[in-house]
Amino acid sequence: MTSDTTHSDVVRSGGEPTAAASKFYPLPGNQSPAELPAKISVRDLNFYYGRNHVLHDISLEIPERKVTAFIGPSGCGKSTLLRCINRVFELYPGQKATGEINIDGANILSRSIDLNSLRAKVGMVFQKPTPFPMSISENIAFGVRMHEKLCRSEMSDRVEWALRKAALWDEVKDKLEYSGTALSGGQQQRLCIARGIAIKPQVLLLDEPASALDPISTLKIEELINELKTDYTIVIVTHNMQQAARISDFTAFLYLGKLIEYDDTNIIFTKPRFKDTEDYITGRYG
Amino acid sequence: MKLYTRRKIRNAFWLVASVLATGFGLFWLIWLLWTLLANGLPWIRLSLFTEITPPPGSEGGLANAIVGSLWMTGVGMLIGTPLGILAGTFLSEFGRASRSLSGRATALWAVFGLLVSLSGYLFDSGWLYVPGIALILVAGAMYLLGDALIASIVRFVNDILLSAPSIVIGVFIYSVVVLQTGHFSGWAGALALALIVIPVVLRTTEDMLRLVPDSMREAAIALGAPQWKVVVLVIYRAARAGILTGILLAVARISGETAPLLFTALNNQFWSSHLGEPLANLPVVIFQFAMSPYAGWQHLAWAGALLITGSVLLLNIIARVLQRGRVQSY
Repeated sequence: MTSDTTHSDVVRSGGEPTAAASKFYPLPGNQSPAELPAKISVRDLNFYYGRNHVLHDISLEIPERKVTAFIGPSGCGKSTLLRCINRVFELYPGQKATGEINIDGANILSRSIDLNSLRAKVGMVFQKPTPFPMSISENIAFGVRMHEKLCRSEMSDRVEWALRKAALWDEVKDKLEYSGTALSGGQQQRLCIARGIAIKPQVLLLDEPASALDPISTLKIEELINELKTDYTIVIVTHNMQQAARISDFTAFLYLGKLIEYDDTNIIFTKPRFKDTEDYITGRYG
Repeated sequence: MKLYTRRKIRNAFWLVASVLATGFGLFWLIWLLWTLLANGLPWIRLSLFTEITPPPGSEGGLANAIVGSLWMTGVGMLIGTPLGILAGTFLSEFGRASRSLSGRATALWAVFGLLVSLSGYLFDSGWLYVPGIALILVAGAMYLLGDALIASIVRFVNDILLSAPSIVIGVFIYSVVVLQTGHFSGWAGALALALIVIPVVLRTTEDMLRLVPDSMREAAIALGAPQWKVVVLVIYRAARAGILTGILLAVARISGETAPLLFTALNNQFWSSHLGEPLANLPVVIFQFAMSPYAGWQHLAWAGALLITGSVLLLNIIARVLQRGRVQSY
């Protein structure tokens, strides 16, 4: 597929292309997301909260082992789109998704998909840190036990591995039996990330993982994301555009439930093709 | 300036009024506790716990009544608590979805209910009709109405049960159990107490589970845990202190109930720990002894009243401490 056809595929609306973008695109050295092998491919996704139609015909390809960011003003549907990828929305009655989301070629929106194994494959970290009311090591072992039978020493190895991966090991290695709720906000969030990667998913969904954190914890989490992308396909929703620019390889801009533009992060932030995108990233709304 | 003065005066007026109202309430409470202490404390002695209720005019204790009360409270809690917790869990965790029981599951449960009723007919045990027909009705309702509607019906009925006068519950068990078996019994008393426990525990369980934020549920299912494991391993743990508080409050509530026991367990002036027989218990003994003209009995009634009040107070304090621990841990 050439980059041109890709764009006509994924871009549905969004006002006029900016003069600059139409002149300079495509830039050499930048990749279109469709040129890479896709891990997740979304086709004509529509989402409803009851009668409220919040996502309109979303189609996009999320490449493997890259960081893809969803940006857009509040209420644009970026979190909803993320929540479709592991079907966590099904906890609530009246929420419904139609269309297709293919992960490794299998449509995960189909009824025959086993939700628990889907979630073993697609981990998620939420905006607010949610440590369970149990010890730090139990917090991590909880998810692992759902999918694997490990003996005691294997489990403690796994706990250490996950905590190291989440850059939390040094801070908590002497208090693994302490309650997870006693940690600071930034540590709690890294505990949640450790919990998410302990089950060894292939995809990690991050829903504004740093929005409740101080700058230092935010920095740690961003470094972490950068390291994790060698092993995982990461999709992150963020309100913070600098963050999206810093950590993501590809960026999708959503507005009013529609996918406006999806491209290499460098292009989105320097030469967006659509005026809505440019207005948003230059802070004119949202 | 004038507005500000008026506001200050109004503030002072309402402040005084609320302090007075508080004082009014506390005044009676303290008077009540004081009377109880003054009349009951002199008769709290070891023999209270070692000797059984005496015939009029002789010395004795309350041992049989204490043991009877403990038995019936214990069994009532054992029956009522699991039911209350399970039903509260249904309302909070499963009753929000608008899904229905699948047709196949409904048919399965209905056939099971039919078999239970049929075995009731075959073995000539009429009581089996009750669970049999209940199974069919519940399965049918879950198929036709869906979880959310059933939950709101259950919640409404539970609120009625919660505020039902306990004497009504006593009379109900009297007609259902005592009249059928032909005699008063500890079992009937425990059942009546269980009926009081269920709505209390159900209500607090639902309220406490709802206090657990949805983000906790999302985080747990996002790790691939099935819903029942999320509830048992995460949500119960998060709401543990609150649910325990509800259980303690239910114990406090039933340990002083007289009306339902009067119609069910009645009383027994002899030593007995058999739930199959009429069973002595503190509330009814207090009721009987306090009404009597004998000084010895009246003293025992005061001591018994102090005993119940003291243990209820203790349970409430424990419940408070647990509650505080819960607030701090979040």
